[in-house]
Amino acid sequence: MRRERLTVRANEAVGPYALLRLARGGLDTGTPGQFFMLEAPGRPLPRPFSLCTAPTGELGFLVEALGPGTTAIAALGVGDEIHVTGPLGRGFDLEVARPVLVGGGIGVAPFPFLSERLGAPPAILGFRTAFHAEAAALVPNATVVLDPVLVTEALPSEPSDVLACGPEPMLDALARLVPGAQLAREAPMACGYGACYGCVIEWNGRYARLCLEGPVVRGGTHGSPTGPLLPVSGTHDRTWAPAGQSPAPPAKASATDNAVKTRESA
Amino acid sequence: MSVPILNASGCLDALAAPDVARALDAFVTKTITPEPREGNPPVRIAETEHGMLNSIGLQGPGIHAFVASHLPRLRALGVDLWVSVGGFAASDFTRCCELLDDEEAVSTIELNLSCPNVEEAPETSAELVAAARAATKKPLYAKLSPAQWDVASGARAVVEAGADGLSLVNTIRGLALDPVTLRPRLARALGGYSGEALRPIALACVYACAGAVDVPIVGMGGVSTGLQALELVAAGATAVALGTILFSDPFAPTRVREELRAEAAARGFDNPLDAWSTAVVGSEKYLQIGFNGTA
Repeated sequence: MRRERLTVRANEAVGPYALLRLARGGLDTGTPGQFFMLEAPGRPLPRPFSLCTAPTGELGFLVEALGPGTTAIAALGVGDEIHVTGPLGRGFDLEVARPVLVGGGIGVAPFPFLSERLGAPPAILGFRTAFHAEAAALVPNATVVLDPVLVTEALPSEPSDVLACGPEPMLDALARLVPGAQLAREAPMACGYGACYGCVIEWNGRYARLCLEGPVVRGGTHGSPTGPLLPVSGTHDRTWAPAGQSPAPPAKASATDNAVKTRESA
Repeated sequence: MSVPILNASGCLDALAAPDVARALDAFVTKTITPEPREGNPPVRIAETEHGMLNSIGLQGPGIHAFVASHLPRLRALGVDLWVSVGGFAASDFTRCCELLDDEEAVSTIELNLSCPNVEEAPETSAELVAAARAATKKPLYAKLSPAQWDVASGARAVVEAGADGLSLVNTIRGLALDPVTLRPRLARALGGYSGEALRPIALACVYACAGAVDVPIVGMGGVSTGLQALELVAAGATAVALGTILFSDPFAPTRVREELRAEAAARGFDNPLDAWSTAVVGSEKYLQIGFNGTA
């Protein structure tokens, strides 16, 4: 794990989003879908962002100002410095034969870097408005759909390897339609490295830390014992949960705003 | 020996971040309960302006899996190991402490008597400490809640029951609402509040207890700098634990240790421990009137 104080090189508007370009320092880019914790000036906790662009010497993050933390990050100016920790978590498995990127809203964030690594595969991107859809310009070979059209209506008919990031309902729908799809999920996260146990998701009827087991997981239906989420790669030790122990599925979380995928912890 | 820097229980997974744990003078585990627990449903954390709420609910493997699977790997880290134990009855503390008593790798047991996110045991803190005391010869630290008017009396009671030290303080219960829906942001509504805003409260508890009992105190609550650690020492802490700051700065242990040394030196203390109880000396009368409830 590395943490460095990085300098803002540029902050560019992309539709309603801010593309924050930081001098890379000694940090690695990691794998597409991995994430970094960015200091949110004036706030107690950093915020998780997947890497959006990775030109030489830079790390680029796409920010949607939604809460106090993301608003502070989106307001950073050239020359400002923030602490950045990462890369963290598990990214997308890039060993795929027929990749199709499927994204919604700010979920487009990891796709420019991912597209570059996969050789510009087709992408299907859904947005609320044409203004939001300006972010599609960051992703080559993209088909754009606007609300109320859903990205799931634009999926190719032939079998494909779906790599997705977007709102929870979109990811849940993809998990049902495309078994084995790689889904970049999101949860409120305090630390990003397994310390706080805040970012758990339901995993085979248990709670697993998304920052360690994800954020990219395979669907399966979210939380269903018959549609398990499986680690994308690696052999992360999950022995903290007793072998053979399968408690009842945890109760569903009560009302919080899961309707819109955000990059803000609550 | 300078002031030992620990982590607050539940604020670090040494197996997920071994380098962070190795930077500590002792690693304190997340609270272990007799049975495995899945913990509370998400959403489990909510940031506020000056801190954060958590409602994790003691997620963990249970004491048997902990001893069989975690303990060998924790021992391999080579860090002094404190195990935090919790439960819902005195018998739970007995069970955990009996099992840990045989484990050489465990140097100290911290008794979580004050988790704000789970049901309380029916027994008093002193009764829980007494149950643990009967089950182990290992040093026992009692972790107390700041949410009591007379924490010094609570400290006296647990020390009389056999606690060898105090961990001060746990989180304090709080609530945060979504500004749009005006509904609780945490799934379980209430959570434990930690971070910067807890610091003066922690300082007051350490100050009160240091004047009331003669045992070592691990001070914690909102510490993010060496000067803040030094203040806890001045109030009577003999060690300092880092909590919420670890979430934003995994490298805080080394930084805080260096800052602590520099801040102490700047005030004429060769060793930060030399500042111990600077704030308490000469204030016995105030302690009696202000904190003992005996005025």
